[in-house]
Formats: sequence, C-alpha cells, structure tokens
Amino acid sequence: MHTFAVYVDNKPGVLNRVASLFRRRGFNIESLTVGHTETEGLSRMTIVVDTDERGAQLVEANLYKLIPVRRVDNITRRPAISRDLAMIKVAAAGDGRTQVMQLADVYRARIVDVSTETLVIEATGTEEKIDSLVEMLRPYKIVEMVRTGRVVMARGGAMTPAKTGRRTRQSVLEDAAAGSV
Amino acid sequence: MALTGAQILWESLVREGVNVVFGYPGGAILPAYDAMLDYPIRHVLVRHEQGATHMADGYARATGKVGVAIATSGPGATNMVTGIATAMMDSSPMVCITGQVGSALIGTDAFQETDITGITLPITKHNYLVTRAQDIAPAIREAFAIAANGRPGPVLVDITKDAQLGTCELDWEAAAPDVAQLERPGHSSGVDPIALINAAQRPMILAGRGVMLGNAEQEVLEFAVKARIPIAMTLLGIGGVPASHPLNLGMMGMHGEAWVNTAIQESDLLIALGMRFDDRVTGNLKTYAPHARKIHVDIDPAEFNKNVKVDAAISGNVRDIVGRWLPHITEPNREAWLDHIGELKGDAAVRDIQNLPDDGHLYAAHVINDIWHITEGKAIVVTDVGQHQMWEAQYYRHDQPRTLITSGGLGTMGFALPAAIGAKMGRPDAEVWVVVGDGGFQMTLCELATMVQEDLDVKIAIINNGYLGMVRQWQEFFYQRRYAATPISAPDFQKLGEAYGVWSATVSTRADLAGVVATARQQRGALIDFRVEQEDSVYPMVPAGADLHKMIRRPSPIAETAAD
Ligand SMILES: Cc1ncc(C[n+]2csc(CCOP(=O)(O)OP(=O)(O)O)c2C)c(N)n1
Repeated sequence: MHTFAVYVDNKPGVLNRVASLFRRRGFNIESLTVGHTETEGLSRMTIVVDTDERGAQLVEANLYKLIPVRRVDNITRRPAISRDLAMIKVAAAGDGRTQVMQLADVYRARIVDVSTETLVIEATGTEEKIDSLVEMLRPYKIVEMVRTGRVVMARGGAMTPAKTGRRTRQSVLEDAAAGSV
Repeated sequence: MALTGAQILWESLVREGVNVVFGYPGGAILPAYDAMLDYPIRHVLVRHEQGATHMADGYARATGKVGVAIATSGPGATNMVTGIATAMMDSSPMVCITGQVGSALIGTDAFQETDITGITLPITKHNYLVTRAQDIAPAIREAFAIAANGRPGPVLVDITKDAQLGTCELDWEAAAPDVAQLERPGHSSGVDPIALINAAQRPMILAGRGVMLGNAEQEVLEFAVKARIPIAMTLLGIGGVPASHPLNLGMMGMHGEAWVNTAIQESDLLIALGMRFDDRVTGNLKTYAPHARKIHVDIDPAEFNKNVKVDAAISGNVRDIVGRWLPHITEPNREAWLDHIGELKGDAAVRDIQNLPDDGHLYAAHVINDIWHITEGKAIVVTDVGQHQMWEAQYYRHDQPRTLITSGGLGTMGFALPAAIGAKMGRPDAEVWVVVGDGGFQMTLCELATMVQEDLDVKIAIINNGYLGMVRQWQEFFYQRRYAATPISAPDFQKLGEAYGVWSATVSTRADLAGVVATARQQRGALIDFRVEQEDSVYPMVPAGADLHKMIRRPSPIAETAAD
C-alpha cells in the first residue's frame, strides 16, 4: 500500500484527469480524498494505492504527466499522521444503548446524534482504529455509515508548495539530505 | 485595440510561427474561419477531419514543428479522435483546435455538442475548454509549449462559439505560459551506466524515435563508433542512424531482422535510447534478453520499469545524456562480438531477405527495394499499416532522419496519404512517396482531392495484393488459412486516380517497374497500382507474445517450389 500527497491546481476536471489516469493504467485506488490547502488555488489529494514499489514509481511518474499536478509526495515511509473520519449510525434501543455508548467511550468517539432508535457516533483515528470500532459495533446493527477515507500529513517541516514553482529532483534530494522528508 | 476571440486565435497561431493549418469548417468554428481570411496562414481543406489530424501529424514528423488541425464541434471533433490517438502513441507534437457550442448551451445536448475534452482526455497530453475570449491566447500559448516540450504529443483546445465572438485586448506577454509550472522532476536511478557500458562484452544500442525527437543522431552515432557497439532500431527509430552505417544492424522486433533479434537475445547489455520496450519489440518479456543488464534513457520517467525492469534509468534528452557519457567511454575491443553478429547476418540475410524467387512475378519487397534504388534512398516515405509497412522498413534503407513516417504505436490504417500530404506541406522540396496497401488506401483515399486541390506533388505506390494482407498472414499462420473478411476488392485504382486528376498507372511485372516509376517521378503527383503477389508473407516473424529469438523464417526456395 502506498500513500501519496498530490498537490493539484484547483481547476474544473482535475479530479477527472487523476481518476482517468488511474483507471486506464490499471492502478487500484484504495482511497482518495480531496480538499483545499492553505494556498489559494491549490488542492491536495491524499491517494492510497494498492501497489508495490515499482508500481508506486509508475504512479508518481504518471501523475507528473498531468499538467495540473504540481507536486507528488510519496509519504508511505515518512513519519506521518494518518486519520480517517467516520460517522456510524447504530440501531441502539434498550439494553444495547449503554453498551454502545461505552464502546464509543473506549474508542474516544463521540455521540453526535441521538434518537429513540439510533445513535450516531463520530470517530476519528487511523483506519485500523476505525475498522476495529466498526467491527465492535457490527453486532448492534449498523444502519448507516460514512467514512472520509484516509488523510495524511507528514510530520516535521515538509510544506505545501508555493502556487508556482515545482519541486525539482534536485530539491527533493536536498530536502532528503537535510532530513526534512 | 480590442480583437475578437477568433482574431486572437489566428494572431496567436501566427505568433507561434504557424503558416499552415489543416481543417474543415462547420457551424461552431465559423467565426474562426471568417477571421482566418485576414491572416497569413495557408488553410488546407481536407476531405475528412481524420485527414486533418494525420496531415498535422505528418507535417510535425517531417519538420519537427508543431502541426495544427482545426475542425468544428460534434462530428468534426469526433472525427479527429483517431488522428489524435495516433499522434499520442508516437509522441508527435500537434495542436488541435475545435469549435464548441456556445458556453450557455454546454451540457444541454445542443446541436453538434460533444464533450470532446472528455473524449480526448486519455489521448492528449492536455486539453482545454475555453469559454472566454481572454482565455484563448493563454490556452494557445500553453498548448504549443506542452505539445512541443518534454515528450511531445497532441494538445486539444476546444473553443466555444461565444469565446470566438467575444472581444478583448490581446496582451501577448501576459499570455505567456508559466514555464516553472510545466517543468517536471527528472529521474535517475540504479547503477552507474558508464561502468556497465565499459564492462560489457556484448552490448547493443536500441535506438528509438527519441533519438530523432532529441536531435541526438550525431551523439548516438559517435557513441556507437567510439565504443564499437552495434545498433538496432525500432520501427520509429529508423532514420535516426544511417541504414548504411556498418554498425547499424537494422530493425528489431516482430518483423525485425533475424540477426538483430538473435543478437539482442545474446547480448549482455542493452542500452535503450529513446524507446519504450513496446511489446512489438520485446516479444515474451519473461525470456527477453535474459543475459542482458539494461540501461534506459528516455525523456519520460513514466517509461522506466514499465515493461522491462532496468538496471539504470536516466531521464532526459538523449543528446544531453549520451553527450555526457562520451568522454568517459573507453574504447574496448569488441571485434569478437561484432564478428559473431556478422556471421549471424550472413546466414540470415540469405534466408530471409534476398530469397525471393525472380520468377517474373511482382513481389512487394522488389517494388520497395526498386523504389529505394530509383529514388537513391533520398525520398521521404510515408507508409500505411500492414505488410507493406514492414517491407518498407526492411527494404527502403533510410540514411536521413525523419524520412520514414509511419504510424507505429497505434498502427492506424488510413494514415499514409494524409500524413504524406502534411509531410509535403512541411518539406515542399523533398520527394515524398506514399507506400500503402489496397485496404488502407481505401480508408482515406478521399484526400486525393485535397492533394489535387492543393497542387501537391506526392507519389503514391499502392501495394495491391487483394487482401488485408497482414491480417491474412496471421490467418495463414495462426488460423489455418481461414480467410475471414480479408479478401478485399477495390476499384480500378488507375482509373480512380485519373478521375481525381492524378497521373496514374498500373504495374504487374517487375520488368515494367523501373520505367513506370521513372515516368511517375516526372509527374506532379502520381499514383501507381502495383499488382503484387497476393499471398506473400512478411518474414521473419516473431508471433505475438513469443520468445524474440523464435522467429518464423521464410521457407527455403526448395520448400517453396515443392509447395507450388
Ligand atoms: C484502422 C485500422 N483498422 C484495422 C486494422 C488492423 N489491420 C492491421 S494490418 C491490416 C491489413 C492491412 O491491409 P492493407 O492495407 O491491404 O495492407 P497490406 O497488409 O496488404 O500490405 C489490418 C486490417 C488497423 N491496423 N487499423
């Protein structure tokens, strides 16, 4: 599994270009999230791809062939914070109710909606943590669930690129030498 | 002074150095056509928009400049798709301009609306939907930069009718592309290539189209000569190294020379320069060059380790990289290896190439070989796709770069005639020959009218075997001669040519060949219908996916006589 942070121009059709690339080259997207960055006009995608080392190199090189792509960082092996957010609606009437609330507590999740028949739990954490919470809740009957997919940020000094100016191979190497990647 | 979007379009093209465009008008592009009359640009009216794209492509391949095609929305734009995909596969720089319905109508299934940017997304380097007059110049400038830089390719600019009609000031400087944004990171990985090269006993250079695209012909030859390394070419690499140079072994791959494929399989180092290890040149990847380490030089890092795992990968212009190697190359003794290849060649040449019976029948190989002699190897030859294409690659020996123009990656039948028209527009002083099958010629022969209307001197050799020959050959070899849908009829091509106003002739025997070709060369435009042996096959042949050294060879003449 490889995780990429991909900075793209925030223009119509960019997501389509990226998705089309993955489809036609046969790369398997495990998850993809997009959102704005602190730089105006620049969006950031977090793409998790099910592939090996060679495939990861091809993913990166192919992403760079898309004109609106500004920078691609393979952050798989970098110290990074990885989060997934889920909202899980559980059927929890009667006895189960307290048990579900306790479970949520254990996972440091919050109850954000309550009705007579259901509870909505909001949880953030690594994908593994969310997966495990979901497993625990299954017996109580999950009636609806939504997850954002993984968002990742490298620890330390790595930065969003400026609006113009692309990271060259050389600067990547320099960053690496300086220990910032 | 405010200009209309349509005027800005032509103004931008003129400033980009364009003096010819290939196109076909229609409703959504009419404002642009109206404005065109006021600009110093020659418009070649094609007979089908596919022709416009192949012409722009042929122009680009012959000159190295960006070719330009223009069409209307809807069917005009969709007719361009094959030509765009052809250019994409062969890295040909091209800008296609299409009209689009008014921006208010987009998404409403308006008359002649198609989502051409969506359709061409996977077959262009980039594309644009332009809806405002002020966005036209920046889009055109960036399109030219993208088409020509790095690994070249097609770019499409779709311009709505209201953008063509709208007005604004043209600020040329402000419309300049953001060069830093277009720059891509390079790549260099693996072991030191110099050490591999200097240590190799049985190295081979695999030269692709990137040698010519990077203007690296001289450096590559210098490198080969200094290091005493033999060269094999891909189909699209032909011309990058003179065919007559003793180190140039010829074409590799499915219909490559037997000695070339054998040498690749025996090699201990492959130095791939501007080629991409296409399946047509590698055969079975599992058994491909099993003893060889591999160095891969290409401008596109996405090619590295895509098909063949390599030991060293360096991205960039072939000329720069090979130029950097040159001072570090030692001059080892590789005579044993070269002698060995010489022996392979001596054996195979007799069996595969020269062994056509001189029985008075007309063989396609003879036709091409004779045309090569008569034109002194100096013509630009534009081929179509099929057997004749492979015979051309085998028998017309190109000493000059950019003199073989052919659709390699996509293998687009119908390419030859329009691409030749484009090549002739770009190189008016060159002798331009089309070599085309009777099948492929019938796909785009309407462009004969374009050739005549533009008064272009293109010579057409139809290799007429009455079959979709290459498919028939596969049926003969792999489908027990069950000729499903490959016998193909044709009009009398001589009469057809005459109906279009082209000097035309028919040749059925080798004895007539030289005389007719000589006469044709005196004409302004000519068509010759060569009635060749119908069931001849291209040898050698590596069946698709087979091991590269397991070639089907031309049966010996004795066996052939026995079969008769
Ligand atoms: C547009 C297109 N359709 C189909 C094919 C498949 N195809 C490859 S070679 C060939 C036969 C070509 O026949 P012809 O033009 O007569 O040339 P020959 O092989 O006989 O020299 C065909 C049908 C193709 N390459 N392109």
